[in-house]
Amino acid sequence: MLGFVARRLLYLVPVLIAVSLLTFLIASLLPGDLAYVILGDQATPEKVEALRHDMGLDQPVWWRYISWLGHVLQGDFGRSFRTGQTVLQAVAERLPVSIELMLLAEIIGLAIGVPLAIACAVRSGSAFDRFMTGTAFGMLSVPAFLSAILLIYLFAVELRWLPATGYVPFREDPAGNLRFLVLPALTLAVAEWPGIMRVLRSDMIATLQEDYIALAKAKGLKASRILFVHALKPSSLTLVTITGINIGRLIGGALIVETIFALPGIGRLLVGAIYTRDLIILQGVVLLVAAGFVLMNFVVDMLYAVLDPRIRHGHA
Amino acid sequence: MATLELSIGEEVAVTPVRRTRRLGPLFWAAIAWMTFVFVAAALANLLPLPSPTDMDMLERRASMSAQHWLGTDGLGRDELARLIYGARISLIVGLCAPMIGITIGGALGMLAGYFRGRFETLVVGSMDVLLAFPPLILALAVTAYLGQSILNLTCILGVLGIPAFMRVARAATLVLARREFVIAAQGLGATHARILLRELLPNVFLPLFAFFLLGVAVTIVAESALSFLGLGVPPPIPSWGSMIGEGRESLEIAPRLAFLPAVTMFLTVLSFNLVGDALRALTDPRQGAL
Amino acid sequence: MTEPALLSVEAVSVDLPTPRGNLRAVDQVDLRVGAGRTLGIVGESGCGKTMLSRAILQLLPRKARLSGRVMFDGQDLVGLDPERLRKLRGRSLAVVFQDPMTSLNPVLTIGTQLIETLQEHLELDGNAAKRRSVELLAAVGIPAPEQRLMQYPHQLSGGMRQRVAIAIALSCEPKLLIADEPTTALDVTIQAQILDLLAREQRRRHMAMILITHDLGVVAGRTDEVAVMYAGRVVERAPTPALFKKMRMPYTEALLAAIPKIDAAPHTPLPAISGRPPDPTRPIQGCSFSPRCRYAAGQCHREKPSLAAAESLDHQYACFHPIEAAAGATA
Repeated sequence: MLGFVARRLLYLVPVLIAVSLLTFLIASLLPGDLAYVILGDQATPEKVEALRHDMGLDQPVWWRYISWLGHVLQGDFGRSFRTGQTVLQAVAERLPVSIELMLLAEIIGLAIGVPLAIACAVRSGSAFDRFMTGTAFGMLSVPAFLSAILLIYLFAVELRWLPATGYVPFREDPAGNLRFLVLPALTLAVAEWPGIMRVLRSDMIATLQEDYIALAKAKGLKASRILFVHALKPSSLTLVTITGINIGRLIGGALIVETIFALPGIGRLLVGAIYTRDLIILQGVVLLVAAGFVLMNFVVDMLYAVLDPRIRHGHA
Repeated sequence: MATLELSIGEEVAVTPVRRTRRLGPLFWAAIAWMTFVFVAAALANLLPLPSPTDMDMLERRASMSAQHWLGTDGLGRDELARLIYGARISLIVGLCAPMIGITIGGALGMLAGYFRGRFETLVVGSMDVLLAFPPLILALAVTAYLGQSILNLTCILGVLGIPAFMRVARAATLVLARREFVIAAQGLGATHARILLRELLPNVFLPLFAFFLLGVAVTIVAESALSFLGLGVPPPIPSWGSMIGEGRESLEIAPRLAFLPAVTMFLTVLSFNLVGDALRALTDPRQGAL
Repeated sequence: MTEPALLSVEAVSVDLPTPRGNLRAVDQVDLRVGAGRTLGIVGESGCGKTMLSRAILQLLPRKARLSGRVMFDGQDLVGLDPERLRKLRGRSLAVVFQDPMTSLNPVLTIGTQLIETLQEHLELDGNAAKRRSVELLAAVGIPAPEQRLMQYPHQLSGGMRQRVAIAIALSCEPKLLIADEPTTALDVTIQAQILDLLAREQRRRHMAMILITHDLGVVAGRTDEVAVMYAGRVVERAPTPALFKKMRMPYTEALLAAIPKIDAAPHTPLPAISGRPPDPTRPIQGCSFSPRCRYAAGQCHREKPSLAAAESLDHQYACFHPIEAAAGATA
């Protein structure tokens, strides 16, 4: 088991290095002189030169990369020249919002997708199954911003049950916090549940045809036990992958929903950094998001081993 | 002890017989819609439409009339014209960006799947690294720094699609490269180039094309999402996404301004998904008997 | 035939609709098994023997149509209330499938798969169930049973896994055990051990057993009665010694002849039955075996023979040209 973990960790290192390199290159190769941007109107050639020298911008690219990476490995991601916050501080501020949104979205998505998948798998081929599968397929063609518009129209404009934008932290007002997050989480969940349902459904249909399910029935076990213990566990592997990857993707990728609903999360932080040319923030946050995604994949791999003992013992 | 195993198993009776998927009415409806949108977009100049950019401040958010078949938007521009010209943009970006993906990604994937070894590890590894980045952020960075234009948008969306096409091409090549016709060609002394181009490419092309259609759907969605935020196609060029974004402000008074482009976009994306999915089921190389 | 049979299969037919037409997997089968007796069902792949076992357990695929009666312990299982059926299965009626690698759940421990049956039917608490599981594993000959409880099926050898499957089947003291090709997926060296284990447990518990196999050699000496199936029907049925001494069906004779004999001369060709079993979706007019039978004559191709008794009522066969002479050496 330890060998398995160690080997996967070893693979991570070159990937993370490559990710950091690519992040740095993208940020530095973008046109627009940083020093000019910072100085703005006060930019005279001498001041620009001086600032560039101060910030180390006149050094060659590879030197700057090593220097930046060195700082990063010590936990120093740099400081935003706009707000004076360190990258880590900015992320720490915004991360809870994104995480809360993403967790809520995934939970709702699973709450819709998993029961539907099981119901369809058990009644595979029936009218109900075909209807739900068709609906799920159709939903895959509805992107997040469309569902957002629809949900806003329904709940905020017509019914006036929920607010369209805004945010308040959980600590201050738990009820209010949830009220503001319902529509955004629902929007994301609506986009997530079809993927979850399709994957789990086809997995379960395959599992339900296995011999061990027939034996479980022949043993006279209750239907609920057969479904949830004998059938769901082997089918859950792909579900875990999808959920893990979704969560990894959502941290940086929910920026559309965050923008529509005006939520102060990581996505909006990144968009803001792009527009204010705050390259330090941009570099640092993109690195964190990408590294987070890679680590998430690693966690998913580990979970695989937990769920399927054959992989643990090297059989698969 | 003796065995008398013969080939007909009882499994024939136990497992359900696979019904071959035929192209149902939904498929043809999707083709019909796609054709309709194509033709309308292509012939936009020739149709008797008012200009999509002509503003008429006196007729803002007007409802349907003989003059404006679908009414006007928040700045008095003809809605139908904007829908049709928006289709143009969506289709141009939607078709050109995946072209970049299919050519570069397809080539990389085929080469990786054929030659294997360290080249393959390098290719797959780099794609993994590219995939770790949030794609919309990259797209935004490009449009923000290099300027908002259709060309830039198409290029970055195209590049972002390369890993996916690479995977499909590689997977198909891995399956096909072990089939007999490839081994036969190698036995006859064919060069790598010949095998790749003459034997593998025609067979890999079909699943790639099915994936291409799915890629079109994804690209239309991505372009619309960016334009929705005002960060995609530059105004005043009409795009479904920006129309939906603008329509959002009028949700209370004239919801159709958001819903007309939304429905059109949904139907188009759905059609590409349906056709792509149907073709993918038909052309999966794993289901061949060769 | 005085005592009422524990299991009585009466005129059971199983039909499966397929795109190519109706498939009659089992055709008007009658069987009886008395308490504590063993019945062997022999036939090639595709003869319907597995379908028959599924029919008895009421575990047919959704599309299948069953007709006839399956009387078990006085109740007709066909159309029985699903909840009562569920209580019978695993408890009074148990089954061992062919391949223990696929019939045991790969992601659950051996212990879980044993204990759940005990807890479901006997309502034992956790500890009692665990103790009983250890006893069961020891009884089927598995060394270090306590450790096995925590292991997964893939960590055991094929023979061990089948012993576990047998332990599971025996756990609630069933009245009838159906063993569907229990040794086909195992090494030849292990086959005898498993069959002996089954026979031993059957005698000890005075349990009725149905042993399904394609190998006539397996049923010799281990069964009380044998039914030979071909193309969905029972074509010969007799007490085991009688079957081997005086078989009537040419098919049975051919099956027996195909078993290699230890005392035959080296390089003796093994007589295989030519041809293949018929396509069940296209029933043959006349006797199903006639295309492959070396005694087939005109009538065989036109009419289907029905089961008729030989000199004793126990021995039945369905043939127009039964073999009269006694058969050769038994396996």
